[in-house]
Amino acid sequence: MSASAATGPVGALTVRNISKRFGGLVAVSEVSFTVAAGEIHALIGPNGAGKTTTFNMIAGAQPPDTGDVLLDGVSLAGLRPDQICRAGVGRTFQIVRPFNELTLVENVAVGALAWTDDVAEARDHARGVLELLGLGDKKDARPSSITLPDRKCLEVARALATKPKLLLLDEVMAGLRPTETDRMVAIFKKLNADTGLTILLIEHVMRAVMALSHRVLVLNYGRLIADGKPEEVTRDPEVLACYLGAEAFD
Amino acid sequence: MIARIIESASPRALALLAVVTLALLVAPWLVDSYVLSVLIIVLYFAYVGQAWNLMLGFAGQLSLGHALFVSLGAYTSAALFIKFGVPPIIGVFAAIAMAVVAGCLIGYLGFRFSIRGVYFALLTIAFAEFTGIIVDHISWLGASSGLFLPVKNQQSNDLLNLRGSPTMFYYVILALTGLAFALCSWLLNSKLGLYWQAIREDQEAAEASGVPLFRYKMIAVAISSGLTGIGGVWYAFYYNNLFPETMFKTSQSVEIILGSVVGGVGTLFGPILGAFVLTPLGEVLTAATDGMHLDGVKSFFWGFCVAAIVLFRPQGLWPWIYNVLGLAPKKEGER
Repeated sequence: MSASAATGPVGALTVRNISKRFGGLVAVSEVSFTVAAGEIHALIGPNGAGKTTTFNMIAGAQPPDTGDVLLDGVSLAGLRPDQICRAGVGRTFQIVRPFNELTLVENVAVGALAWTDDVAEARDHARGVLELLGLGDKKDARPSSITLPDRKCLEVARALATKPKLLLLDEVMAGLRPTETDRMVAIFKKLNADTGLTILLIEHVMRAVMALSHRVLVLNYGRLIADGKPEEVTRDPEVLACYLGAEAFD
Repeated sequence: MIARIIESASPRALALLAVVTLALLVAPWLVDSYVLSVLIIVLYFAYVGQAWNLMLGFAGQLSLGHALFVSLGAYTSAALFIKFGVPPIIGVFAAIAMAVVAGCLIGYLGFRFSIRGVYFALLTIAFAEFTGIIVDHISWLGASSGLFLPVKNQQSNDLLNLRGSPTMFYYVILALTGLAFALCSWLLNSKLGLYWQAIREDQEAAEASGVPLFRYKMIAVAISSGLTGIGGVWYAFYYNNLFPETMFKTSQSVEIILGSVVGGVGTLFGPILGAFVLTPLGEVLTAATDGMHLDGVKSFFWGFCVAAIVLFRPQGLWPWIYNVLGLAPKKEGER
């Protein structure tokens, strides 16, 4: 994270014509977009629109059937998820997936071991990241004994510990109270401002989307139907029709 | 590393560990030959149990075919000794190599083609069983009539050739158990150990956090099978006879596993504790029913034990004893 601050923003994401088909169902169809280095983009859309599948294709968990994903101009095609992680893409899971028998420090240290072989150094770094996300006093707890919002933070901490250039956040604000959402938003804004970390987030909480994003991408039935500034996208009639509805903006 | 483990342990736990270690060190002078023979078997299962636990307990990969690695180690070192006069101190390296190659072959097939969980366990059983069938037909290795090591009435203990008294075999297996314990403690707190546990807990999340699944699972299988192969060398020279129809059987693999299941899978002390609980009970039962033609009584009893553990202490005995005896360190720390 600190390394990227000195060299300016990194983590530019280019997605070119990626598609994913599950049997007869086209989950994502020829989606292309870019996230400029150092920017925060939100990916929104109704349930089943293909948002998480898009994430999985970027992170390598489900290789795209067609198309290509590039990080800072370098193709990630054919790489395994762990290689894509080491290349600089950190991700969280929509349904939290902590390592339940490990302490919080150990959970996050696993992420840090992506760039160091020294367990002590990884633990030190993990403690720092937990501190940053407000979990410092629970570092020796097990994930099962902390609240769901805290587990969402843990998910973010583990991804951040890998020192990503690009962070993929899959609904980390879902289920959080507004004050917790605001705290999370503040953390991401600060990370983005301080280190130039590029962020792509899937989010239903419009409060967070509007506060964070430079641009908003809208997926519907696997197709990208809008890509623009938050205030433009939220006025787009097609977007309103498929997804948002007027009440989302109260 | 050892210093860190000692630092993180409570005084009570250290005292207990010291007493047990001391008792084991002087045991041959205190007990009769029958009890010593039981202790030897206990330590053997404590040793191979730890090796197996490394694979399932640490890395989450279930093997039900560890008898294969014992057998390969045993047959390799015994054949080298009998046919070529190669002492087991040299033969053990060939034994490790054989076990590791077999382990890596199974691991490669399983992990490369995403054969997971129960299906991977079936793969390990299959390899153990068909290797047994092959050995059963190799007359050079004694085929079904067995492979026997020459037994001489020796006055002195010959450590390099593993020929000597039960006391010598006791100390050899005690040393192996101690070394395996030290290795496992070190591994569990290393990068390998953290990565293994991450894989065990959630494979996809581990991979997304930068853990190369295939490589780290292969390392787990290689270390586990190699350690188990060393146990096989000891086994061959202690028992002096090897029969394919018993060596490669799943029942042998299950016997290796039981101690860990009872003691606590994934814990450092579980396999050792489980061996100390199960083996003497099994021996006592065998002795008590001697001559009564109750052939299946040991298996029945073990089945009963496992059912009881699964029902009442699914984490195994060790975590429970750990709490009952108050062994947890006062301050926060590592396990």
